Amino acid sequence: MKKLLLGNEAIAQGAFEAGVHVVSSYPGTPSTEITENVAKYDGVYCEWAPNEKVALEVAIGASIAGARAMCCMKHVGLNVAADPLYTAAYTGVNGGLVIVVADDPGMHSSQNEQDTRFHALAAHVPVLEPSDSRECKELTEKAFEISEEFDTPVILRITTRVAHARSLVETGARKMIDKKPYKKDIMKYVMMPGMAKKRHVFVDQRMAKLEECANKMIHLENAGAKLGIITSGISYQYVKEVFKDAAILKLDMVHPLPAQAIREFASSVESLLVVEELEPFIENFVRQLGIAYVEGKKYFTNQGELSVSAIRKAYFGVDPDCATLSGDAGVSVTDAPARPPVMCPGCPHRGVFHVLSSMKLRVSGDIGCYTLGAMAPYQSIDACVCMGASVSMAHGMEKADKQCEAQSGKPNEDGLTGTVAVIGDSTFMHSGITGLIDIVYNKGASTVIILDNSITGMTGHQQNPTTGKTIRNEDTHPVNLVKLAEAVGVRRVRVEDPFDMKKFKAAVKEEIESGEPSVIIAQRPCALLKSVNYGAPVVINPDKCRKCGACMRLGCPAIFKDGDAYKIDHSLCVGCGLCQQMCAFGAIEKA
Amino acid sequence: MENLNILIVGVGGQGTLLASKFLGAAASLMGKDVKVSEVHGMSQRGGSVVTCVKMGDQVASPIIDLGEADIILSFEAVEALRWLPYMKPTGTIITNTQEINPMPVISGQAVYPEDVLGKMKKDGISMVAFDALSVAESCGTVKCVNIVLLGVLAALLPEIGEEIWKQALESVVPAKLLAVNEKAFQEGLALGKKKGETL
Repeated sequence: MKKLLLGNEAIAQGAFEAGVHVVSSYPGTPSTEITENVAKYDGVYCEWAPNEKVALEVAIGASIAGARAMCCMKHVGLNVAADPLYTAAYTGVNGGLVIVVADDPGMHSSQNEQDTRFHALAAHVPVLEPSDSRECKELTEKAFEISEEFDTPVILRITTRVAHARSLVETGARKMIDKKPYKKDIMKYVMMPGMAKKRHVFVDQRMAKLEECANKMIHLENAGAKLGIITSGISYQYVKEVFKDAAILKLDMVHPLPAQAIREFASSVESLLVVEELEPFIENFVRQLGIAYVEGKKYFTNQGELSVSAIRKAYFGVDPDCATLSGDAGVSVTDAPARPPVMCPGCPHRGVFHVLSSMKLRVSGDIGCYTLGAMAPYQSIDACVCMGASVSMAHGMEKADKQCEAQSGKPNEDGLTGTVAVIGDSTFMHSGITGLIDIVYNKGASTVIILDNSITGMTGHQQNPTTGKTIRNEDTHPVNLVKLAEAVGVRRVRVEDPFDMKKFKAAVKEEIESGEPSVIIAQRPCALLKSVNYGAPVVINPDKCRKCGACMRLGCPAIFKDGDAYKIDHSLCVGCGLCQQMCAFGAIEKA
Repeated sequence: MENLNILIVGVGGQGTLLASKFLGAAASLMGKDVKVSEVHGMSQRGGSVVTCVKMGDQVASPIIDLGEADIILSFEAVEALRWLPYMKPTGTIITNTQEINPMPVISGQAVYPEDVLGKMKKDGISMVAFDALSVAESCGTVKCVNIVLLGVLAALLPEIGEEIWKQALESVVPAKLLAVNEKAFQEGLALGKKKGETL
């Protein structure tokens, strides 16, 4: 039957139908729902790993053991998993191995716009790229077949608009795939120089064979037209709307690229255009083939997403016909105030950042909801680079300060009281712990604040090693953050409630001044968890309110100014009561 | 049926995702081709969110681009203004009158424009504006604002029959919440029929 599935749901369905046995992933927008949906199927082993490197290694192990295995991640996750990827490309597979990587052009929820196709190029692994949910399912199945036929990991590359768009998919039954027999094969699976040299030869031969496969994985539309367009993925859907009369060569495999099919297509058209998001990956290849008249990035930016209107504007110079307001309307579209994402009402991070912003600290940040601590009114976070970096960067900042002070013989004049790292519980498990080990090992003195909200928040509530639950919500052994920090040698470890702001501030001050490594675990669950119930909302008693505006400094979206009065939006307030600590006049009361 | 593009806009957390699922389910029950584009991740945290629902005989891009929406279903007043350029000149806005201050307004860096909807309407924008929050509250929970708005939308789309809407709602709402959501939908539908006459 036909179902309206997210691209991510369709990939899960495709893997299920392809008989996948083992799936290990780390959540990351826009890839998270794939593994969440796999967990709904019986007969598939499925887990959240602590990070993408571990996840891919689990999948590689499962593949070597003979099972069909899959591993899903966002684009930056592939950087973490690059180490196993580049060598798994040499070992090849036993059971089919599919790595789903979700790129995020436009950075809806990411810190950069890297293009996974270049990782694949460097690692010598094939890449399939679907353009809607139906193709997500079909190409996932195909990826398992290619993986086993060509003895290679296969990357299924999607982008946000494919991952998070729903379209109709014909679903079918699961193929019961038997585990491949396991045979000890040291020359294939033990990558020491002698073996790897031989496998590198195999890898190059394999890429040549895969090119033949790529030549078959094409779709030709409107052959005979003067303008020819080469495209793939979501760009194909945009091209279909913009260029109704052009010839289209749609590629399902984007690495290796089908040289023969491209040459034939190029010679059949008068002008040739490549429409692709991000980098000119296909265009560069076409040019390398000696097809000098190809055009692409001459018109289209490598920044952000393409769209129907962006393509029309760039290629034809045509603006869309939109609803507009007249000059006399008294309001214009540009009057709409920006609405950036904010910490939710009741968010435990709010207490932390309100405290930190009042302390003249340098705050080394990390990836999660709490990156919003960089925004007004807190403007607390100084740097955010990648998963786990907060801890190691804080160490680098501290060492830099000390080294430079020693060299100049003068104290730093940056007016800071110290440096702290802030990192979520899941991110700490992902790659924060290694930074903490570095601090202890190399005699650092940084203070690390672990924001333990009992869940992986940003990606929509996934379990992690600290929560005591598996992806299927089964009970499991939770990692004890206190014992873990102590075990690596941190002597000063304390658990604090970020909603007791006075005490929390004192704790931060004390740890910064301690002169040795310290960990503060700021413990309070995410306000969106169903188990969290603060009861009735709070209200501002207008008789007691002196209109000082102190409550507004918390940056809670539920508190607003109406004329000269301060009010609380009861449809947003969750009743956490943090704002009551801000009011010196006791004007904020439980409703 | 001509392709129909409905842009659902609001503030993260208001239930726009469920609304788009509901609408998508209705379209697919009608046997139409349908694509729904959603927003997940960071912008869900109280940011401006947009979801596209496109239906028709064949849909290619899942995105509703500038000037392509037949209807904007807005959960918040200023979001209707923000996304206006995504509407066709002949399009209609169905909007909640609720105003939710964005953080730049709360922190005093920006101003929430006054009487946005009134000014837009006066300027000739086709619009159905009403207090969906109050309607939802009268039905039992502020959380069904999304379904109230969908009810109003249903009044403008008579080609989608009531039985289809009913089935679609059942497919996206948990059984224990079905009664309150059905009530919210009916309230919205009645309101939409009444408002539609004055459009």
